[in-house]
Amino acid sequence: MTAVLEVRDLQKTFGAVVAAKDINVTVNEHEIIGIIGANGAGKTTFVNMVTGYLKPTSGHIEFAGRNIIGLPPRAITTLGISRSFQVPQVFMSESVFDNLMMAYAITEEKGMGLLSPMYNDERAGRVDAHLDRYQIVEYRNATASTLPQGVRKLLDIAMAAVSKPTILMLDEPTSGISVEEKFGLMDVIMEALRQDNTTVLFIEHDMEIVERYVSRVLAFYQGQVICDAPTAEALVDPGVREFVIGEEYHRTRTENGNGNGNNRDDDQGSTDNA
Amino acid sequence: MQELIVILVDGLVFSSYLFMVAVGLTVIFGVMKILNVTHGSFYAFGAYMSATLIGAYYETDLPEFGGFLAIFAAALIIGVFFGVVLERCLLRFLYHRDEHIIVLATFAMFLVLEDVLLMIWGTDPYYAFEPMALLGSVDIVELTFDVYSLTLIGLAGVVCLGLWLGLTKTKWGKLLLAVIFDREISQAMGINVTVVFTATFVIGAIMGALGGAYIAPTISVSPGIGVEVIVLAFAVVVIGGMGSIPGALIGSLLVGISRAAAVHKFPEIELFVIYAIMALVLAIRPEGLFAPAQARKI
Amino acid sequence: MRYVDKTVIGLSIAFVVLVFADFFMAEWMRFIGLQSLARGAVALGLLVLWRTGLVSFGHALYFGFGAYTAAMLTLIGFHDAFFLVFAGTLSAGVLAFLLGFLLRRYRAIFFALLNMAFSMILYGVIVKTEELGSTDGFSLGPPTFLGYAPEGEAVQTALFLFTLVFTYIVTVGVHLYMKTTLGSMSMAVRENEIRVEYLGYSAEKVIHVKYVFSGLVAGFGGAIIALAIGQVDPDSMANWTVSGEFVFITILSGIGNVGATYIGALVFELIRTYAFEYAPQVWQFILGGSLLAIIMFLPDGIWSLFSRFRKSEG
Repeated sequence: MTAVLEVRDLQKTFGAVVAAKDINVTVNEHEIIGIIGANGAGKTTFVNMVTGYLKPTSGHIEFAGRNIIGLPPRAITTLGISRSFQVPQVFMSESVFDNLMMAYAITEEKGMGLLSPMYNDERAGRVDAHLDRYQIVEYRNATASTLPQGVRKLLDIAMAAVSKPTILMLDEPTSGISVEEKFGLMDVIMEALRQDNTTVLFIEHDMEIVERYVSRVLAFYQGQVICDAPTAEALVDPGVREFVIGEEYHRTRTENGNGNGNNRDDDQGSTDNA
Repeated sequence: MQELIVILVDGLVFSSYLFMVAVGLTVIFGVMKILNVTHGSFYAFGAYMSATLIGAYYETDLPEFGGFLAIFAAALIIGVFFGVVLERCLLRFLYHRDEHIIVLATFAMFLVLEDVLLMIWGTDPYYAFEPMALLGSVDIVELTFDVYSLTLIGLAGVVCLGLWLGLTKTKWGKLLLAVIFDREISQAMGINVTVVFTATFVIGAIMGALGGAYIAPTISVSPGIGVEVIVLAFAVVVIGGMGSIPGALIGSLLVGISRAAAVHKFPEIELFVIYAIMALVLAIRPEGLFAPAQARKI
Repeated sequence: MRYVDKTVIGLSIAFVVLVFADFFMAEWMRFIGLQSLARGAVALGLLVLWRTGLVSFGHALYFGFGAYTAAMLTLIGFHDAFFLVFAGTLSAGVLAFLLGFLLRRYRAIFFALLNMAFSMILYGVIVKTEELGSTDGFSLGPPTFLGYAPEGEAVQTALFLFTLVFTYIVTVGVHLYMKTTLGSMSMAVRENEIRVEYLGYSAEKVIHVKYVFSGLVAGFGGAIIALAIGQVDPDSMANWTVSGEFVFITILSGIGNVGATYIGALVFELIRTYAFEYAPQVWQFILGGSLLAIIMFLPDGIWSLFSRFRKSEG
């Protein structure tokens, strides 16, 4: 196993609030890791720090043989860590096709290439193949703002995956998605990413999703990683059961929870559902 | 020493003047998120109306000090009339549009009103110095200042205090603060935003008109005074933080005193200095001095 | 598959027609045409910014800077139109490049007003500089064209042709540029900067590029107007109302098509010229009234009339 991402002694404070404390994580190639934790536990803060949106107060994040702390998101993306968002970040007034066209063009063109026409038939072919892989072909010409939530999430993730990143971080891919659709959605995402051998870290509240797709779990509680273990082990860990899963686990099982109670994440100042 | 006092007094007078015109602009922006170019017209109409009423008043044999009432009457008439007409007949149709479009619409209205002003009052300047002459002048450390200009400082103080009390101590003021803070939530809580908008716009318009009306006795009221004042008010509001009343106060003081200093020390940079301060403040604090920092949202 | 670009064809036809018309049209028409081309070019820069989601209330800065650069060069003996316009354009571009480092951090109303602040600084400097004629400005003689020194009406004919050639090149260039990746990023930045950053490109860089371009064309327009009128002065070149007029033209034109900016500028010039000639007391009234009418009833600008017409035809 080769380590692709090393996080050491990561700290983040907002004034008196400690959003991340002593985080030490090593991510290996081709791993699928689930990040779990209650609201405000520091999951999104962690993702925001690794992808350059937030600068840690202290610590090291090593990727591709260098410390990436202080680099802006665009540089980290170019190096090979991509992300999707809890609230999909897409070009709302454009069609699904044009969204991906833009994503491909920005990813593929550098320097003077930026001044060549964005549209060309080969690129359109790649966009269509990508649409097919994420099974959103039927929405090809639909405007992003009119898409159902699940499709918009897929589009967001598909755009993040265009650059074939080494690591893709998904911030709650299934939040706001009905229970019946969740597994279908995850199947599509995971299959698409598997083809590129992408290492995936995703934030998730639904333990059934975690159990099914993840080989290793990082459990967050009050800004700290309280458990880092293979899935089966982590889900029976007493700390995890007490501080992370709690009643949630039972609720999603027994009530077929509609996903409203447990999928909003308000990690201190770093995310917002606005 | 003398020079310092001159700069300070002139600066305070000019700051008060700036505050009078900027505060209405910032209140309107705070509540309605509209950058109102027509504010310059309110100012100009206020000045003309005031000059006319003062002139008419001193044609009569009524007591001399009553002339001051003419100033406030002018501000009320202009503010209420234009405030209601503009908000009800124009702006409310544009609330759903892009903020730039609304600015442009008020700019268009400003152009229209510039000519309406000429149609009513013509191109010749108006003078209404009676109230100023009435108050005479006063000597401060061997320097002569006219008392009327000094009362402007008092007026600005009263307006500032009045707004502060009105906003923090009255029910109406609290409603207004709620709308400034979050329009949608306020609406959901049952605040009638339509009424709040109209009232705010009228209050802002009265402020603008009062600025013009009160300054009228000290200047020659002539075409083009609105063009000049609106950019000054913009500068003050942007420096202080758009929508912030304390910001307007500090912004006025900063700009007023700097300009007074420039006028006395380096007259060649008088115009330049105001915008240089604005650019400098924005470069350091992009949202102005008093605007709350906002977290970016993912 | 190579499809034929209708806009390029339309612009080319208009170009050829105008080149021929130049030799026959009445002097006043040519003057209005010249003004429209120059102001249309400035509006073209604003259109590019607008598509990126930004509106500037201060492009009189670059317009005035270009105009005064060209005019000041005539004071020290340069009269060649190519050189003067090139210098005006370039100096405004350099200024935009420098200020761009600051302005690219701003959005929405702050961007608009910071631009205005800078333009008012220039205005203040010009007004206070006696050497530049203060509020009266100063005159400049007729330009020459690479040794050709026309006189009388021929000056305007030559200048019109000169302007036409350059605006044609710039406009077709902009149109083609909009289809490139960098050009298309206008949309991306307007719609979602976060996504642009996470796709690996700097939204601020995109804005900076567009900003420099808008500065270049505004400087170009300013230099042309200075040569066309033979006079520069701060109130018609650098005051904030001039910036307002440029935004006015952009609104009038709509941002649907690069060619529309010239039509918008022409309509603006016609309204202004005729209102000023036949109703000098109410020309601002008419100007403001038409702007309001456009905002209320034609939110996508004049160009939307054409597209509507085309739609109902097909």
